[in-house]
Amino acid sequence: MSRKQKKMLVRIIAAAVIFAAGMFIPESEELFSVLWFVRFGVFLCAYFTAGWDILWKACRNIAHGQVFDENFLMAIASVGAMIIGEYSEGVAVMIFYQVGELFQSVAVGKSRKNISDMMDINPEFANVERDGEVSEVEPDEVQVGETVVIKPGERVPLDGEVIFGSSGLNTAALTGESALREVTVGDEVISGSVNTNGLLKIRVSKPYSDSTVAKILELVENSSDNKARTENFITRFARVYTPIVVVAAVLLAVIPPIFVGDWGGWIYKALTFLVVSCPCALVISVPLSYFGGIGGASRYGIMIKGANYLEALAKAQTFVFDKTGTLTKGTFAVSGKKPEGISASELLSYCAAAEQFSNHPIAASIVKAAQAQGGIPKAENAEELAGFGVKAVVDGKEIAVGNYRLMEKIGVNITEQKSAGTIVHCAVDGKYRGYITVEDEVKENGKDALAELKRLGAERTVMLTGDRELTAKAVAKAIGVDEVQFQLLPDGKVKAVEELYRSKLPNSTLAYVGDGMNDAPSLARADVGIAMGGLGSDAAIEAADIVLMNDNIQNLPLSVRIARKTRRIVMENIVFALGVKLAVLVLTVFNIGNMWAAVFADVGVSVIAIINAMRCMRIK
Amino acid sequence: MKKTFKLVDLDCANCAAKMETAIKKIDGVTAASVSFMNQKMTIEADDARFDDIVKEAVKVCKKVEPDCEIVLK
Repeated sequence: MSRKQKKMLVRIIAAAVIFAAGMFIPESEELFSVLWFVRFGVFLCAYFTAGWDILWKACRNIAHGQVFDENFLMAIASVGAMIIGEYSEGVAVMIFYQVGELFQSVAVGKSRKNISDMMDINPEFANVERDGEVSEVEPDEVQVGETVVIKPGERVPLDGEVIFGSSGLNTAALTGESALREVTVGDEVISGSVNTNGLLKIRVSKPYSDSTVAKILELVENSSDNKARTENFITRFARVYTPIVVVAAVLLAVIPPIFVGDWGGWIYKALTFLVVSCPCALVISVPLSYFGGIGGASRYGIMIKGANYLEALAKAQTFVFDKTGTLTKGTFAVSGKKPEGISASELLSYCAAAEQFSNHPIAASIVKAAQAQGGIPKAENAEELAGFGVKAVVDGKEIAVGNYRLMEKIGVNITEQKSAGTIVHCAVDGKYRGYITVEDEVKENGKDALAELKRLGAERTVMLTGDRELTAKAVAKAIGVDEVQFQLLPDGKVKAVEELYRSKLPNSTLAYVGDGMNDAPSLARADVGIAMGGLGSDAAIEAADIVLMNDNIQNLPLSVRIARKTRRIVMENIVFALGVKLAVLVLTVFNIGNMWAAVFADVGVSVIAIINAMRCMRIK
Repeated sequence: MKKTFKLVDLDCANCAAKMETAIKKIDGVTAASVSFMNQKMTIEADDARFDDIVKEAVKVCKKVEPDCEIVLK
């Protein structure tokens, strides 16, 4: 509790004690008798102890032209109750209101702190090494190229490259992943991660303002600018709600008693209306829920740029995926070997031997596979034939490794193979010895993620790719997307998104999931652009509305679940708050409700709505 | 130009909404947002008159919620 809140608590307790004392003084039959004065004086004392600031604010705000302000409404209601002789009620309402306000302020403060702690990735200082001396400076004072020392337990202040030491980095605050990232000399480190065990020295590669941590902080800070439609709706609603209830209160105080009398009773009802007309419970519960949802998501490395995107994602029914880097790993691996006349391992050895000097990703994948099976033979006279493949001499044998056209060129007759992935043929001394297929690997959990999306009600899943038909269809089948569009040029993807956008179901949204690598226009065009593997990719962080910091595609259905849960809680809060308020209004008219119920409908409901909203943070 | 200001003692969500509406009505303001949760206010307005606009915004906020202080820096 802050000092202000503690002071309030003391005031409330004091007021409650005085109030309790007042309750022991018997009610006097006679108005303005000594006993009456004592009792009234004690209540008045309790009343001012609890609510002097409300009265003061009410007067001051009226002077500023703020008529339907909460303080004013509470002041009128409680003073009104005193005037019509309900002293204890007037005091109790004020005390109860202050208790509710205090509770609300503590709860909001606490939840705000919880969430901001979770998002706290800001490095406070950097140990910069200048002329052999280490000094502590603000991260934004460090220049590119300078050396920064990071001790175990400290946060990496700036992006850079390790020049000394090795350690495990904890990136949980950024990616939600608990596994440590091992780094050593030559590796890139990302600001915002925490150094766990070894001393590291890094050479700074980017100024603080361009570093990962600054980018993410900016994203988090700006997220509150993009308000959800529900939030804007509810604040607009509050603007008409309060005046309507106040007008109803005035009418209730004047019209019925003209016909049936009992002025005091009707005025009491009208005052109750005024208490119920405070809109805060409604107004507070919506942004708090979204705030909680965004905070909860950040724990899993899901960065959401605004409540409006969380809201849009909850309604997403069309999911469009980019293939490479999103559904597949974007790295190649040997997926099949078809030897002819030699063993499969021989085939791989020959291919790897010839390819080992090439730096093409496909060659690298073959070399990697051969190393895994036990080493690569030496090769001589390696020669790269651009567009065809490579030739080399291994164990005195002439090896040719490459595509179909290479085989044709060296006079080896084969039939062209049709298969998903890239085919690498191999000929030894002019004789065909089979082929290896190399494929971009499908992400292991991609299938589960897609299945979960379906369960969550995704009507349509579409994969877009620039790849050939066979490759595209094989990936689509492996991962379980409904539709696939292949051989698209980069601008073809945006057009495809555009078309899908037109054919989506009404009142639903379209989400595009990419890696931000060259699909920024598609990310922007969709209702919700989601970028995978945002950590280390500025393009993704900038272009997308939602950034999945790590590469785990399971976080996609998780985001949808968070969005849905948040939306449900928002709806619950709105229905609950409005429902209770309306119920109390109706009950009051029929003489069942009283001012106590009205105060509950105001602050009690706020508190319950706040507690409910906090559930948004907790998602399994 | 777009700038963010910290708000101290912004105690009620409805006041935040009222402030936002009031700031948006100031001439020259293209976008404004008051976040109760983050206790922050963002104003986007004409470059030339930005300082005057901020002063005006502080004034209207004081009118809505005199206890809330806007940190200008």
